[in-house]
Amino acid sequence: MEKLIVLCLKFIILCGTVDAVFEDQVGKFDWRQQYVGKVRFSHFDTHMQSSKKVLLATENNVFAAINTRTGELFWRHVDKAGQEGSIDAFLQHGQDAVLVVGDGRVLRSWDINIGGLNWEIVLDSGSFQSACLVGQQDNVKHVAVLKKTAISLHYLSNGHQKWIENLPESDTVDYQVVYSGGNGEVYALGVVPHSHITIVVYSVEDGEVVKQISVEAPWLSDIQASCAVVDQGILTCVDSATVSLYMLDLHVQSQMTQIPLQSLGFEAAPGFHPALVSTQPNPARPPLSEFFLQLGPEHYLLLQLNNGQIVTLRDFKPAMLVSFATTGEKTVAAVMSPKNKTASTLNLFSAETGRRLLDTTLIFNMDPYGGKPEKLHVQAFLKKDDSVGYRVMVQTEDHTLTFIQQPGRVIWTREEALSDVVTMEMVDLPLTGTQAELEGEFGKKADGLFSMVLKRLSSQFILLQAWVAHLWKLFYDARQPRSQVKNDVTIENLSRDEFNLQKMMVMVTASGKLFGIDSKTGSILWRHYLDDIPSNAAFKLIVQRTTAHFPHPPQCTLLIKDKDTGLATLHVFNPIFGKKSHVTPPTMTQPILQSIILPLMDQDYAKVLLLVDDQYKVSAFPSTKNVLQQLQDMASSIYFFLVDSDQGRLSGYRLRTDLSTELIWEVVVPTEVQRIVSVKGKRPNEHVHSQGRVMGDRSVLYKYLNPNLLAVVTESTDLHQERSFIGITLIDGVTGRIFHNAVQRKARGPVHVVHSENWVVYEYWNTKSRRNEFSVIELYEGMELYNSTVFSSLDRPHAPQVLQQSYIFPSSISAMEATLTEKGITSRHLLIGLPSGGILSLPKMFLDPRRPEIVSEQIREENLILYAPELPIRTEWFINYNQSVSGVRGIYTAPSGLESTCLVVAYGLDIYQTRVYPSKQFDVLKDDYDYMLISSVLFALFFATMISKRLAEVKLLNRAWR
Amino acid sequence: MARLLPFNIAVVSTVFLFVCTKSVCCNNGRRVGDALDTEFSGFSVPLEHSFEVDDVAKFRVRGALLLKAGREPSVLLNQNQLSEEDRTKLKEVAAVDGLYRIQVPRVFLLADRQTERQMEGYLTAFVRACAMVESHLSDSITLHTDVSGYLIGVSIVTLPGACRGTEVEDEVDLEVFNTTLHVMPPVNATGPGTAWFIERMEQESEKKSKNPQEQKSFFAKYWYLILGGAIFLMASNSAQPPAGGGREQS
Repeated sequence: MEKLIVLCLKFIILCGTVDAVFEDQVGKFDWRQQYVGKVRFSHFDTHMQSSKKVLLATENNVFAAINTRTGELFWRHVDKAGQEGSIDAFLQHGQDAVLVVGDGRVLRSWDINIGGLNWEIVLDSGSFQSACLVGQQDNVKHVAVLKKTAISLHYLSNGHQKWIENLPESDTVDYQVVYSGGNGEVYALGVVPHSHITIVVYSVEDGEVVKQISVEAPWLSDIQASCAVVDQGILTCVDSATVSLYMLDLHVQSQMTQIPLQSLGFEAAPGFHPALVSTQPNPARPPLSEFFLQLGPEHYLLLQLNNGQIVTLRDFKPAMLVSFATTGEKTVAAVMSPKNKTASTLNLFSAETGRRLLDTTLIFNMDPYGGKPEKLHVQAFLKKDDSVGYRVMVQTEDHTLTFIQQPGRVIWTREEALSDVVTMEMVDLPLTGTQAELEGEFGKKADGLFSMVLKRLSSQFILLQAWVAHLWKLFYDARQPRSQVKNDVTIENLSRDEFNLQKMMVMVTASGKLFGIDSKTGSILWRHYLDDIPSNAAFKLIVQRTTAHFPHPPQCTLLIKDKDTGLATLHVFNPIFGKKSHVTPPTMTQPILQSIILPLMDQDYAKVLLLVDDQYKVSAFPSTKNVLQQLQDMASSIYFFLVDSDQGRLSGYRLRTDLSTELIWEVVVPTEVQRIVSVKGKRPNEHVHSQGRVMGDRSVLYKYLNPNLLAVVTESTDLHQERSFIGITLIDGVTGRIFHNAVQRKARGPVHVVHSENWVVYEYWNTKSRRNEFSVIELYEGMELYNSTVFSSLDRPHAPQVLQQSYIFPSSISAMEATLTEKGITSRHLLIGLPSGGILSLPKMFLDPRRPEIVSEQIREENLILYAPELPIRTEWFINYNQSVSGVRGIYTAPSGLESTCLVVAYGLDIYQTRVYPSKQFDVLKDDYDYMLISSVLFALFFATMISKRLAEVKLLNRAWR
Repeated sequence: MARLLPFNIAVVSTVFLFVCTKSVCCNNGRRVGDALDTEFSGFSVPLEHSFEVDDVAKFRVRGALLLKAGREPSVLLNQNQLSEEDRTKLKEVAAVDGLYRIQVPRVFLLADRQTERQMEGYLTAFVRACAMVESHLSDSITLHTDVSGYLIGVSIVTLPGACRGTEVEDEVDLEVFNTTLHVMPPVNATGPGTAWFIERMEQESEKKSKNPQEQKSFFAKYWYLILGGAIFLMASNSAQPPAGGGREQS
């Protein structure tokens, strides 16, 4: 027995494929890109003149420092996803960056030089409102945090709480802003909407209430949106209803003074809520007396408060964006104004006088495929001659960051939209010009023998020419050192490689920006921003025509659906160049329930997309006559299903010849007990090479390969750990027949499902044992096939045999997908994204319900691994070695031209692309393959046979003479 | 008496078999409603079917499902015969490759009162009408329930399932349904088999401890290796010339 186990172990070790990369292969087949997300707060590191850092706090709960010279990350800290890790406020002073995280849960201080944590303290509960630095006599030592019911002061050096005070009348007053002007007092500003403002003044020393005043302000509802503190503590508010400014000196209790904007000679744009922008360069001193007043979408005023009088320094119209920046003692205002359709200009103005500074014009060229500028982040610095120079980071609507220097040179660009990829596809690259030429020959109609011969000769000649050029290039490159050889990929020289390993990754991001990325290098080849995308849109990317149909260009269709209204639009584009197609998509007036891509093609080889609207009417795209004719012929064999998870209803429909539909089956899962969380079918481009499995006794166990099978996962509504369960139901999508209905008791989601071939793998949380578990279901037809030639859901009366086994998995997971290869010969692996950032390639062999508990001769014959309840995580199974991928949300796999190779893209906050070889590279010669040896041996053998043949002939002749 | 016993067993077993087939198979020929067993403490819901040439569903009663509530729900089926008219219609529908659909109302099998049992809506399923005809009305209906006893789906298949276009004598073959009926509650998926694995591990360690070879102490097992190593070390030490001292002097 022991020997057997040892034997088995050896066998496992031998069998287990080793996927680790060699040191010299690092970065050869894979690349990683790290992102931070949409910027919420930013500060340039100004405490040192030579510093080249910009600190960013983003909506993806990332705090990062970026090198302003290159745009690369210095360091990055990723906090918990969701509300728990969201960054509410970011204050910077000297080398310290203070963050309020998780709705005022935690106060943290980071050292910005090295990105290390200085200190972290947990704040008292309460929802966060505002925070500010508090200084005294030019020394900033404290930070004040304002919450819904309390205000607290903390030391900047170690985070300890100096004092905490409850806010008076916090149940009626909505405290929103905390302000300090460096005079030893902290002001908490609150508002009772449409009634009055309450100002509570605390002493920095002991938190004693120095003063508490309330001022009538029946027009005010939100301080943060409409007020700002300027000059020596003068609260300035703007009211859109009366179109006037209100001022209140915080130091002396008084009435608010109203200054109608008309008295200054201005009017607000109708329907626009004016806003104020002020600046406080040093928290130990009061804010500047200059401030911006925005009167319209493109109208700003630079105003100055001079002894209670408002002076207009300058009127900016049109101006898209404004921003203050301070360097040394000088404060400037940067104003961006449109120049023409594709460019806008930036200028610096002295904040004190409003005068334009000389030689500060900067031209920002807007990307025609990008969004509009949204925010300016200005880095001002003093030049040698004491004049002010600046660089600017422009944030656009598509979450792009562009760092520009005078006079308009782009230093770097970061596409932060890629931190939120929603869906993606990989498209084959087109053929090269010469290959296309050859292909085109077959496509054209024959026009005479002679011309055909000529054409063939000419295309052969072109091929020869290309080959010679290729050889020459090889020879030329070989003489140069490797580092100098540059293989820049541009959109012009894109072409398919020998084994189709290089593809175009079409990525759709949540912001509505589409990217075309070269899978080999990771360089962005095209980008296209779709404006007018609803904020809660759902995307579905469909490849309608691949590159295989030269001369027709490839075609992708993006279905964009508003989740609230259900209304959808289509964006049709060429996935190689990113250009919008000239094909006009149909306009849909009805909400769309389902979209189906059919294997039918129109005369231009575009697959037909069916769209089902809420009246259960079907429309086709493209909807040419040819397509409609084909649809009519095929209608009775086109079935589809709809899922309504709100009502727990799964229903099947059949298409009629008049493109209406009829309900043919219905399964209803009561929503009181469980709700449908996911419905997974198989991937349409999946191939299964072997129909069955050979058993130990040489018989065959046939797989149940139903392409219409759906795996429906449900979760119980009761979340009590004893009663919660998850359900797995296998349903045929055509007939609605339930093949298997199982419940996993004491289990809870989130459930990750992979459905492929004849198996379903799912992962869940076991509430009783408090661990993650995997379960695998495999379906078999039995020892004989019912109908081996064709599969029809309508004619399979026997239900498949269902085998199931479960395992313990020692980690939680964040995404899961199965490898996919061209012909399905290669064994399958599961790619599992772990929260630690690793991507694990787990052989499917370990998830096999036929893993036996006892060894026998037949089992060994079949190469089954003995059952062990725990699935191992081996370090060499991590396909991304030390290149951790943060926050993996999805893994995409695509087959390559090599059967052994599967292309993998993991996306989340980062993007990682690599290749995996689940059965090792059985169809590829190794890099260090000894061509010399094998060819010399071959030649030697060849000559040896020649010589020995000759010798034998001589010998025979001699013998004959004898 | 002794001779009678086998006969008795035979009778009992036939009766038993009959009961068994009855509980699984429907019996035919009875009108719906006229023979509801009063002692059968269940309730009945209609099983309806529809087959139309134009494929617009018009459901009519095919039979009644007698559902017995309780921990292990069981079902009986009473079915009508197909009328002359229906038979011709079914053949017509089969000729145009129409569908034969069935539907049952959504019910809750574990409730005690009739009012709680019925829910809004129906569960439907279909087979091709030609398969129904060619199989001579032999079908298998499965009712699927969820954990709490709600009916979630109904499946129907015919045996054989294929349409080969064979002629069917309607008088003989299309009169009575030959139905197999199942109720399928969800199966419990297995968890990881830890208990068994631990047992096996224990067995192995037990075996190991029983083996006298394994029980020997470390020194007892490997004394010769240790001794050999020690001798080798000593030998190599003594063989080494005092090189260090010599070098220091030079």
